[in-house]
Amino acid sequence: MVIQALAFYLFAGILVVSALMVITARNPVHSVLFLILGFFNAAGIFILLGAEFIAMILVIVYVGAVAVLFLFVVMMLDINFADLRKGGMQYIPLGIVIGGILLFEFVTIYTYWQFSPDVIQNAALPMSGFGDAQNSEALGLVLYTDYIFPFQMSGLILFVAMIGAIVLTHRTRPGIRKQKVSDQHARKASDVLEVKKISSGTGA
Amino acid sequence: MELLYEFLSDPWSFWILRTVVYTLVVVMGLLIAVAYMTYAERKVMGAMQRRQGPMTVGPFGLLQPIADGIKLFSKETIIPSQAHRIVFLLAPMMLFALSLIAWVVIPFDKGWVLANLNVGILYLFAISSMGVYGVLMAGWASNSRYAFLGGLRSASQMISYEVSMGLIIVCVLLVTGSLNLQEIVLAPRPIWVQIMLFPMLIVFLISILAETNRCPFDLPEGESEITGGFMVEYSAMTYALFFLGEYANMILMSALTTILFLGGWLPPFGLEPISFIPGIIWFALKICSVLFFYIWARATLPRFRYDQLMRLGWKVFLPFTLAWVVFVAGMLMTFNALPGQREAAAAVKAEHVIVMNAVVDVTEADKKEAE
Repeated sequence: MVIQALAFYLFAGILVVSALMVITARNPVHSVLFLILGFFNAAGIFILLGAEFIAMILVIVYVGAVAVLFLFVVMMLDINFADLRKGGMQYIPLGIVIGGILLFEFVTIYTYWQFSPDVIQNAALPMSGFGDAQNSEALGLVLYTDYIFPFQMSGLILFVAMIGAIVLTHRTRPGIRKQKVSDQHARKASDVLEVKKISSGTGA
Repeated sequence: MELLYEFLSDPWSFWILRTVVYTLVVVMGLLIAVAYMTYAERKVMGAMQRRQGPMTVGPFGLLQPIADGIKLFSKETIIPSQAHRIVFLLAPMMLFALSLIAWVVIPFDKGWVLANLNVGILYLFAISSMGVYGVLMAGWASNSRYAFLGGLRSASQMISYEVSMGLIIVCVLLVTGSLNLQEIVLAPRPIWVQIMLFPMLIVFLISILAETNRCPFDLPEGESEITGGFMVEYSAMTYALFFLGEYANMILMSALTTILFLGGWLPPFGLEPISFIPGIIWFALKICSVLFFYIWARATLPRFRYDQLMRLGWKVFLPFTLAWVVFVAGMLMTFNALPGQREAAAAVKAEHVIVMNAVVDVTEADKKEAE
């Protein structure tokens, strides 16, 4: 138990620090790298909770795919960040006002918010009725039965988003030579080659 | 001495000690395997090109990898003055560490595994998808055009081929019904399932070439176009770490192929007479055969052009593997071979037998009563 607590504080500590570094790092590439570190430690906390499937999916999807594209884009940006920061001071009063309002709201919520006892009870209990089913199995049993329509709906939304992204970014540029493999395969020697007999002395 | 005894008799410290020793054994074995993988590569490629390969250091050149290692470690590490120092040094370390920590879930034999994770295959997939960061970080931190181009190429290439690799893994998981690597090996596979998975083996073999940046997909370091790609600025120890990481990844991917398709530590074709040979030998032999495929591909195939590589990944492999997932699922469903159905069928059979026995008992009791 001591080791679990230690691991939790390690993961949580690194998570908080790296999350802070994401917004304070001067170099955006460093920000993304800290974001990845944060994802990793979040996955570690999921593992401590016994949700190893979600932990792995978090690493595969966010670290392995989303953050790579993030990094990709950020690395390609060619911005002079010193110029970007020059005018930053004039927004400070506005920032202070917004921050103050948010802080006020948080304080009021924190002091007046109460959970109903039923909710706390529900939160403390994991869903029952799975016996000793493993993580992925239990998730599948819920996702494909009780929540099949929300699940399919989210799939549909992702599908539409994917098509939208492709339609928005796809452009046909003129003057680009593209390889058409089927044309190349369909080409025969008889279509393009002609063998001519030339008697000696008449060729150019 | 007494202190040592006390330390060892405590189950916790014993567990820690044992894990450390096992880890050291696996890591040392892996490093030696990497060293002799380079030797084997040079020898095999030499044989394929009618050369001798390394032959001067030690008998048959057997000490060549050690000499190479000493050379690399004793050279000076040069850090370009314009490089982002920390990220520059972090990249090779990360790549190397990732290629080592993946081995924690690999079962070398029945029960011979450091961590028997329930989601072992996902863990491996997650770790292998992390590998791209080492390359991307190296490319960016070098602050050099060639290195940056190499890093970008590598990132897009690895992401593209991971998609089809994921779908291939789904195909295998449909058959085995478990994410645990040991259970994947032990799951029963009828011969028609093996035949059905064979096209996936071919696609997987090609995908792991792309995933590990090996010939004919070694565009990230294509020396004829971008000199040395993402590792052009690296030297000595940092270069050695990239090198070790790349070869350890190759061995890891071979191990993954072995576990998914070639039956892990089990003797080939389920032959009983040769099952006295320990499983780890079979496992090693199968890994070596996949590694031979790697070397073979490198010695025989020319490098792909970049757009052709992308076309193969997205327009050929992705639709094909996607269709094959549906096909495999449909076939398994039709022939009642899905893992859940298999168990259900067995349960029904068992129930049937029990009912039959009960009927027999009742009839016999009736007979006795009648008598």
